[in-house]
Amino acid sequence: MDYSILIGGAAGQGIETVVELLEKIIKRAGFNVFTYKDYMSMVRGGHNFMQIRFSDDEIYTYNSKVDIIFAMTQETISKHHDKLKSGGIIICDESFEENDFIKLPLQKLAKDLGNTKVVGTIGVGFIIKYLGISYDIAANTIKTFFKDENIDVNLEAFKIGYNIGENKYQLQSLEDDKILINGNQALALGAIAAGVKFYCGYPMTPSTSVMSYISRHANEMGIVVDQVEDEVAALNMALGASFAGVRAMTGSSGGGFALMVEALSLAGIMEIPIVLFNAQRPGPATGLSTRSEQGDLRFVIHAGHGEFPKMVIALRSPEDAFYQTARAFNLADKYQIPVVLLTDEYLADYDMTIKPFDFTKITIERYISNENEIEDERYKRYKYTESGISPRLVPGIANEKLVLVDSHEHNEYGNIDESIETRVNMMKKRMKKLDNLRTEIQEPDYIGAENPEYLLVGFGSTYGAIKEAVLRLNLTSEKFGALIFGDIYPFPVERLNYYSNKAKKIIVVEQNYLSQLKSLIDEYTDIKVDKSILKYDGRAINSDDIIQELNKFLSNYTI
Amino acid sequence: MKCEYELYKPSWCPGCGNYMIRDALKKALEDLEINPSKVVLVSGIGQAAKMPHYIGLNGFNGLHGRALPPAIGIKMSNKYLTVIVESGDGDTYGEGANHFIHTIRRNVDIAHFVHNNQIYGLTKGQGSPTTALGQKTTLQFDGVKLNPLNPLALSLTMGAGFVARGFSGDIEHLSNLMKEAILYKGYAHVDILQPCVVWNKINTFKWYKDRVYKLNDDYDYTDFELAYKKSLEFGDRIPIGIFYKVEKETYEQRFPFVENGEPLVKAELNPTNAQKLLEEFY
Repeated sequence: MDYSILIGGAAGQGIETVVELLEKIIKRAGFNVFTYKDYMSMVRGGHNFMQIRFSDDEIYTYNSKVDIIFAMTQETISKHHDKLKSGGIIICDESFEENDFIKLPLQKLAKDLGNTKVVGTIGVGFIIKYLGISYDIAANTIKTFFKDENIDVNLEAFKIGYNIGENKYQLQSLEDDKILINGNQALALGAIAAGVKFYCGYPMTPSTSVMSYISRHANEMGIVVDQVEDEVAALNMALGASFAGVRAMTGSSGGGFALMVEALSLAGIMEIPIVLFNAQRPGPATGLSTRSEQGDLRFVIHAGHGEFPKMVIALRSPEDAFYQTARAFNLADKYQIPVVLLTDEYLADYDMTIKPFDFTKITIERYISNENEIEDERYKRYKYTESGISPRLVPGIANEKLVLVDSHEHNEYGNIDESIETRVNMMKKRMKKLDNLRTEIQEPDYIGAENPEYLLVGFGSTYGAIKEAVLRLNLTSEKFGALIFGDIYPFPVERLNYYSNKAKKIIVVEQNYLSQLKSLIDEYTDIKVDKSILKYDGRAINSDDIIQELNKFLSNYTI
Repeated sequence: MKCEYELYKPSWCPGCGNYMIRDALKKALEDLEINPSKVVLVSGIGQAAKMPHYIGLNGFNGLHGRALPPAIGIKMSNKYLTVIVESGDGDTYGEGANHFIHTIRRNVDIAHFVHNNQIYGLTKGQGSPTTALGQKTTLQFDGVKLNPLNPLALSLTMGAGFVARGFSGDIEHLSNLMKEAILYKGYAHVDILQPCVVWNKINTFKWYKDRVYKLNDDYDYTDFELAYKKSLEFGDRIPIGIFYKVEKETYEQRFPFVENGEPLVKAELNPTNAQKLLEEFY
């Protein structure tokens, strides 16, 4: 079984609440859920829609076709009726002009209940009955989902919707042992688990929900959250906090990240550990505020004037977002470098059921030295060492030694020094950290046939779509494999070279125009990429899209 | 506690007001007996901003205009540190003006000493936000065409609880202002007039010396309207001293766990403490 429900309406109609309730009920009935969100940069009006896909099998992305459309506006029907599978249904209010659909007196019933906001809950009742999902699970979910004063009216609305509907399927409940979470929540949770104590940022879609999640738990977890005047302040402030010894973080989307670039370079020369993220949206400039793209890959890798070591990790899924974010703090602390997490609107916003996070797997490695271990009478913040990493003291925690960090080229003490010798030695010292970092970067995940004829290569949020495409393709012919990069700078090449040697055709899949991942492969390997499947319309690629494009390309070859 | 100068030789010009400001700062810290390892001196870029290299304190010599944001991050992470920001007029009122305004809104407990020589020194003589209208510079050949910014009027109207002006030519007076600013709980703004011996031939040491006068002992620094009026006085006579000082709630006090708890830097990090947050996702 594999069903999808599309819920559409205007901004301000509360479709988000309907979706959150419905996906939670389906999740609690034990199914795997994947909810894709498509929304416009509007507070009122426009057209937003979300698709809840669910299955008793593992699912990794959204489907192109749907079984049920719950239309809260006429526009939902006109825009999406061609997505409906044959035998699918469209539910809407009786006042809608179209004829062939299931028309319910939603507005009237809600009015009778004295609350027009419960239209959506009536619809949920109808859908739950139609699918044959447990009434009790749904009713219990409603009791925990709404605020106290709204529970009764929503329960009533749910019952009415349930009673006016007809039943089509009988979906037996399964064991509910998963969590339902999106990429931004997972990223934020990873940061909190890693012990972030200072988070600052400026609101920018689609990054904002990380900050609001952390803020909601700030008092409970003892985290200072500061909404700064601009992103320039954000990274500088976070660097101050990190210098003072706490784990600090900031993040934004492309435009805000651009404003952080100056301070990213500062982190490079000051050698202050910092974790920051860029939740990409399509640019240039304001671009498409609420949509998704992978156009900032090269920008992030090269961000910052001058040359300095940094690390870039592309997040692939909510699970990856949690564990990689926590790992990023350890790497930043170990190498005293900025670690940039690269995510995007798609991953930030889609909800997915996954195995609950294992917090015992998270380690905290700070690499902060004790004052007594420092032999030099005057502390050398930038002492030359074999590894390029200098012992780090925290100002004020050290009782005797003084800590000086500097944005100029500096000597081992941190004092301005323009000599040729110092410049050359300090450049080598800093860049040596990049060499050492290379030894512990993670190779991309491999999925599929051990000896693939066709190798798909992607990074970050396309993970689910590529994985599902490969799994589907291999059902008929075990010829496909995929490598999906998480750690992407420094660029790991071992596994890429290994599988490329086996494959006849290499196909890159990414969401940008210039095929930036391909350009990295060109730069760091001798591999010839045969095809780039690119999507830059602001909408997330799914497995249907990939298979369709792949079939077009491979039509010249025998699969 | 001695606040030693490092061996590093200042690159300031002979006669630069920065030397006197450094002396005043050193004296203030010595008088207050603050252990240098418990002080962080934060600066941006400019001649004034080189101060962390020329004095024995913890130092963060960051980016031009960006001295205040890291200072906030430092103070919020370790409330027991004395955080001092030294920066110039260009650094603070030009490149960093946005941070200046919003730092006042926060009222974090930091002391901010702005070396104001009404000119750009490091970049060789261009007009600064406080250069007088019409003054000729190495860039504004027919005179500055922007009206000067009034730092004290700005910080007063933004709601700063401690606003003062000092003069590098009176170390004793300046040092006392610095002590008051450091002891003040909240953001303390001290604008310090200083000559630039090379690039500002108008606002010379003598120019300032002839004009500055100390606010009277009976001056009521809790009177906002009086302070505002005084802040507009900048011409033949220039008042120095504490213009305004009142108690205000600090940013730290608005975070109960910061105000009542140990400094954040001392927090024990344990990933499983966050386990409970998973509950809402079931």
